[in-house]
Amino acid sequence: MKYSGLKIFLEGLTGNKGWKPLWRNPEPKPKYDIIIIGGGGHGLATAYYLSNTFNIKNVAVIEKGWLGSGNIGRNTTIIRSNYLLPENEPFYEFSMKLWENLEKDFNYNAMVSQRGVMNIFHSDSQRDAFVRRGNAMIMSGADAVILDEKDLKKMTPFLDFDNARFPIKGALWQPRGGSVRHDAVAWGYAKGADAKGVDIIQNCEVTGFIIKNGRCLGVETNKGTIKSTKIASCVAGSSSKVMSKAGIKLPIESHVLQAFVSEGLKPVLPGVITFGAGHFYVSQSNKGGLVFGGDIDGYNSYAQRGNLPVVEDVCEGGMAIMPMIGRARLLRMWGGIMDMSMDGSPFIDKTDIKGLFFNGGWCYGGFKATPASGYCYAHLLATGKPHKTAESFLLKRFEKGLIIDEKGQGNQPNLH
Amino acid sequence: MKKAKATNPICIRELRIMIIKHPLLGPRDSSEFVYKGDASLLDRPKWNGQKSEKKFYEYGYLRKNPAGSHRELWYHEQGDRSWLVVTRNTISHEIEKVELARDIARKKKAKAK
Amino acid sequence: MRNIRHPIVRGKKITFTFNGKRMRGFQGDTLASALIANNVKVVGRSFKYHRPRGIFSAGSEEPNALVEIGRGAYQEPNTKATTVELFDGLVANSQNYRGTVNFDLMAIIGLFSRFLGAGFYYKTFMWPKSFWEKIYEPAIRSSAGLGRLSMKPDPSRYDKGFLHCDFLIVGSGVSGLIAAEQIANSGARVLFLEEDFKTGGRLNSEDLIINQIPCSEWAEKCVTRLKKLENVRILTRTSLYGSFDHGIYGALEKKTDHLSKNQDKPRQILWKIYAKHCVLASGAVERSIVFPNNDRPGIMLSGAVRTYANRFGSSFGKTAAVFTNNDDGWKTANDLSNIGVKVVGVIDTRKNIKPPSDKYPSYTNNSIVDTFGRKGITRIKLKTGKILKIDLLAVSGGWGSNVHLTCHKGDKPRWDENLLNFAPSKDIGKQNITPVGAAKGIFALDKLIVDTQKTISKLIKDLGYKLSPTIPITSSKEKYSCAPDWYFSFGKKSAWVDLQNDVTKKDIELSFKEGFRSVEHLKRYTTLGMATDQGKTSNVLGLAIMSDLEKKHISELGTTVFRPPYVPVAIGALAGRSRGKDFKPIRLTPSHNFAQKLGAVFVEAGNWLRAQWFPKEGERTWRESVDREVLQTRRSVGICDVTTLGKIDIQGRDAAEFLNMVYANAFAKLPINKVRYGLMLREDGISYDDGTTARFSETHFVMTTTTANAVLVYRNLEFVRQCLMPDHDIHLISTTDSWAQFAVAGPNSRKLLQKVVDKPKDLSNEKFPFMACTELTICGGVSARLFRISFSGELAYEIAVPTQYGNSLFKTLLVAGKEFNAIPYGTEALGVMRIEKGHAAGNELNGQTTAQNLGMSKLISKKSDCIGNKLSERPEFNKSDIKIMMGFQPTNKSQSIEAGSHLIKMGAKPVLENDEGWLSSVAFSPILGHSIALGFIKRGDLRLGEKVLAVNPLKNKKVEVEIVSPHFIDPEGVKLRA
Repeated sequence: MKYSGLKIFLEGLTGNKGWKPLWRNPEPKPKYDIIIIGGGGHGLATAYYLSNTFNIKNVAVIEKGWLGSGNIGRNTTIIRSNYLLPENEPFYEFSMKLWENLEKDFNYNAMVSQRGVMNIFHSDSQRDAFVRRGNAMIMSGADAVILDEKDLKKMTPFLDFDNARFPIKGALWQPRGGSVRHDAVAWGYAKGADAKGVDIIQNCEVTGFIIKNGRCLGVETNKGTIKSTKIASCVAGSSSKVMSKAGIKLPIESHVLQAFVSEGLKPVLPGVITFGAGHFYVSQSNKGGLVFGGDIDGYNSYAQRGNLPVVEDVCEGGMAIMPMIGRARLLRMWGGIMDMSMDGSPFIDKTDIKGLFFNGGWCYGGFKATPASGYCYAHLLATGKPHKTAESFLLKRFEKGLIIDEKGQGNQPNLH
Repeated sequence: MKKAKATNPICIRELRIMIIKHPLLGPRDSSEFVYKGDASLLDRPKWNGQKSEKKFYEYGYLRKNPAGSHRELWYHEQGDRSWLVVTRNTISHEIEKVELARDIARKKKAKAK
Repeated sequence: MRNIRHPIVRGKKITFTFNGKRMRGFQGDTLASALIANNVKVVGRSFKYHRPRGIFSAGSEEPNALVEIGRGAYQEPNTKATTVELFDGLVANSQNYRGTVNFDLMAIIGLFSRFLGAGFYYKTFMWPKSFWEKIYEPAIRSSAGLGRLSMKPDPSRYDKGFLHCDFLIVGSGVSGLIAAEQIANSGARVLFLEEDFKTGGRLNSEDLIINQIPCSEWAEKCVTRLKKLENVRILTRTSLYGSFDHGIYGALEKKTDHLSKNQDKPRQILWKIYAKHCVLASGAVERSIVFPNNDRPGIMLSGAVRTYANRFGSSFGKTAAVFTNNDDGWKTANDLSNIGVKVVGVIDTRKNIKPPSDKYPSYTNNSIVDTFGRKGITRIKLKTGKILKIDLLAVSGGWGSNVHLTCHKGDKPRWDENLLNFAPSKDIGKQNITPVGAAKGIFALDKLIVDTQKTISKLIKDLGYKLSPTIPITSSKEKYSCAPDWYFSFGKKSAWVDLQNDVTKKDIELSFKEGFRSVEHLKRYTTLGMATDQGKTSNVLGLAIMSDLEKKHISELGTTVFRPPYVPVAIGALAGRSRGKDFKPIRLTPSHNFAQKLGAVFVEAGNWLRAQWFPKEGERTWRESVDREVLQTRRSVGICDVTTLGKIDIQGRDAAEFLNMVYANAFAKLPINKVRYGLMLREDGISYDDGTTARFSETHFVMTTTTANAVLVYRNLEFVRQCLMPDHDIHLISTTDSWAQFAVAGPNSRKLLQKVVDKPKDLSNEKFPFMACTELTICGGVSARLFRISFSGELAYEIAVPTQYGNSLFKTLLVAGKEFNAIPYGTEALGVMRIEKGHAAGNELNGQTTAQNLGMSKLISKKSDCIGNKLSERPEFNKSDIKIMMGFQPTNKSQSIEAGSHLIKMGAKPVLENDEGWLSSVAFSPILGHSIALGFIKRGDLRLGEKVLAVNPLKNKKVEVEIVSPHFIDPEGVKLRA
């Protein structure tokens, strides 16, 4: 179904009777060309690009819960391509370009809103690091601007310039960064994939893999056996759980990341703001809520909820840079499970088992990567070769010593 | 022209959750501790042993990451600076057991001999 | 309207302002009860359609009556009028409107509601692309949102505290009071919380009898008894907002929000509660019924109408009707008529119901098909066509247990088909939470009393406390049954489910039609339950409609997860006092006071404040000061406080072996009274810290780390000691705070130090050569440690004394150094000199740098084990084209360069493919008279003398630079060995 203002108008006049479901609710067929495990953002995007770009339509997406119930449904909706390392930046910039054309592409308004992402710095050495990063961004075709204190005072006069413990000296700004209505991304991809014939099978949990002679031939699920010669795991947060069923140990720990939203407020923030001397980042949703977050709780966890000290830590960070939010109230907090990888960067790769593919390790940065992750995974599945922007996201990169460590924290997942 | 700097970026890590029953000090708020990760980090391979490259890769990078009971290392940084092995359920967060890492490491060494 | 016979009118009179109008209320009022008494019907506007809305409930479940409280920086948006305690001088204003709240220009949106169903925005506004950020989105954003922030820093103070108890009791209604008294008698420590400013819960709102007296009086007596007990602490105005792991709860106490003068005291206290057990007596919340135009001002929850009538003596108008699907509505009719309101009809949806009273007309098996009165209800139309003229409609859709807090740790409430209620599951005990009373799903007073007594007795016994005999309590008998009559529709008229977010029954139908059928899809697509009330009065209604559409039982649909906080909590309260300068603690160096006297400019270095430079009179820029400090140090002598470097004392028989393990380079053979540079790797082979370690005896070493990594290095050393070398004799202690340490650098440093060290210590090059160290006394007996090490590249020393002598030693050195023109220097000059000398620091050791990158791969021990050596052998670390740290200087010496520039070949385009490296640290070298830099470039060691471009696309700049040795001065190290 094609959406437009006109369609809404006509439906409005005729009692909104003509709207159709965005996707079917099919039962699984016995066999597919490709099975994608995980109906979250990345899985649905993979299905979308497989069916729309690579013309492979005999695809199933199997999802344990409801479509979009993973981290696509519980993140802080930020998009940006402000990475430093050459293994990362071209990939995230590719993602940004896909975001910019996404709505036209899948005819669904996911509210891609490029109001800018601002990383505040507080010391000269932080500034040096941001200059290096900004230059790396521009050299990879992205946009970046260094703002000094004067520029910032104009754009964000409400920051605590006078009384800050760590002085606000400027920011690295990416004007094309911003936020997106997260759920709508899942829905738009699902709609687009379903329209090409992809079966999205909800409430279908993988209970095991069928592996013979080092080759994966299908999956066992609570809805029966489904066969395919290409099985693509895409379940960030639960990667270790799922891949352990195939006997694979990953360079990943699962950690809980909390996110927060305030009550609705009339517009106060121009874009996304991140604090460089504490754990706090914030944007404002179209409904008016301040959407904010900070650091992961820091211990292995599969519980989608966090604990109090982090809540306080994040709010302290918020009050430290913008004390005008003190009387705004926290409305809701929730947790999501992150695949924290050993160097903070993701994996899109084959595994040692033929026919079994892996996409995961997104840490807390998976949302912005959704389009490129889907595209590059589809590319790998369709052509057998990695997409040129994702060549370094190898599952066994650490064995050779290839490390993509943006923060320089080393092989300890909770520090990334 | 930019100023030269000797100082590092500002980033202070701290805190985190729950109550840990320290074997020497009794129940302590987990915000006094720092988390490291899987207790398999106690099993550092021999540097000159067979296949040590592969073993160090697995030691340094691969994790079981179970949903359920997990033995993990916590450091009582704002306390007596003991490293502890805490057995904790990663789904419910309930803590089953707390031991001194040093005791476990000693037992392992004794066994290896 | 106020019932003039109600005791509240005998209390203190209070004046407040609403929307600029002065109004009158009484002590004990909420803002809502006072507004009702003043007959204010339109209090706010709804979120999407800007419909006029009035007060709907009497508690924190309020969806409609959100107001802005206070003026200026104290302005507090989105405050529920139902939870605001009235005080003299209170200023409240409506929000979310343009024009006036009674004539909101935005209400025009409502006319287009048929085009604006659930999720309409996902289907349009896509063309043309550039219009989204510029036109559509700003329009959506400004009409959405609710209240306004003042945009001024929050002037209030917030405190935090910790409470410990055996039993936490939440809610002071009848079951909470019974539980508290019973448990208190067992001797256990009880913490008793009440959200309201008055204890008693529903007992304040009801006209019922307990132990032969009015229930509110019974509650008061009970509280009076409890207050006398030492083992009971009662906190009112305190909301439990979250339940966390291991029996930790979060609560927020409002301390001064209800006082006219409150600036000097903390506004709120955030309590962290450690409870062994929690008794949840949080009561129940009433639901509404979905029917056409059910959102008009003057339509209120039935229980709330009773609360206003019985507790506050206030009600709208004189003529009321009640619409109910359960027995509760009849109680409201009864109580209203008792205070003189004329009840013109009780409309009960149930067929086989016998009206309990014939005092007022009843319409059973009936429903409301429309209502009238845009700014206050005037008429309702019944299914049978009957029209009733009213000014108040009380609605009861039945009660739902307040299970919010039980969900925070993942409990899934179970559906009680009998009472049509989501009650806590049987597993809730695993969380050490015991629900009682209405929170457990028991709604009739008499039954609830008996069950609470039984439940609590068992609990006390099970947990091993002393059980006293239960004293029977008599009460009025209550009857409660409810019919699953959730919604009534009639034609095209809108019927609201979620009042605040304007979710109507049609939206849910559309959601179903478009495939958004799971509970979470429904919530996300329609925004049902996502407003500031978290759908407390509406969630079940939405589920009921969806369950009929899906033809699935409501229990199969499940419910969305309630997330903390139970009530919204001010961000300021969660932050407490950690804001402004108090965000993080400040550490001062030992010489801070004297440096301050000298007029030093300070800089934040982690938590430390360090002297950055010491401006002299006449110096106009920082560069002038820093250049002088560098030149003066290099020409004569300068002194710098380097106490912030981490210091770790290492002792024991196996200390040398331990150092071999933790440093990449060997230490075991370090002679006594010598210092060695050490590079530290992480286990992954990346170099993360460096410093020097001195040996004072066979078994005693003193290590220094960088300022930034002091804590981390110590932690890692403890890991190696306890976990990897558990049988070795090694003892560690951090001595960073115990020793003040100063760098004394420059050609005259020896002469200066010779003046302060006690005789007969000879500092001559022969007796105390480069890299020597010793323990000695200075200034006539002060114990000290002296190290001949150099960060600046000059003849230099570091001298350490116990911290308490630090400030004085700094002074002493400057005084003794007068004859050499000794100067203090700050971190800037320190930085310039280390770049001139080519030492890596934080900008280079950024956690991504290998020993190979630093040109130090030969340092790594190949003969014995050490942390990181194995993984540093991996092929990617040792490729031929890795980046090597080098020096750089502009070909045209008058040009300046910037740190963060990238390096590309001459004539190449500044794109990623051509990227060969970057400049990490840049300084102006006053000795050389031009800019210099340290940086990393591919195969740099083989490219000395090559010219490359340092590009800075951020500023659209490029500078030609030459690759040189990183040691800009004294590459042979003659000076430091002099």
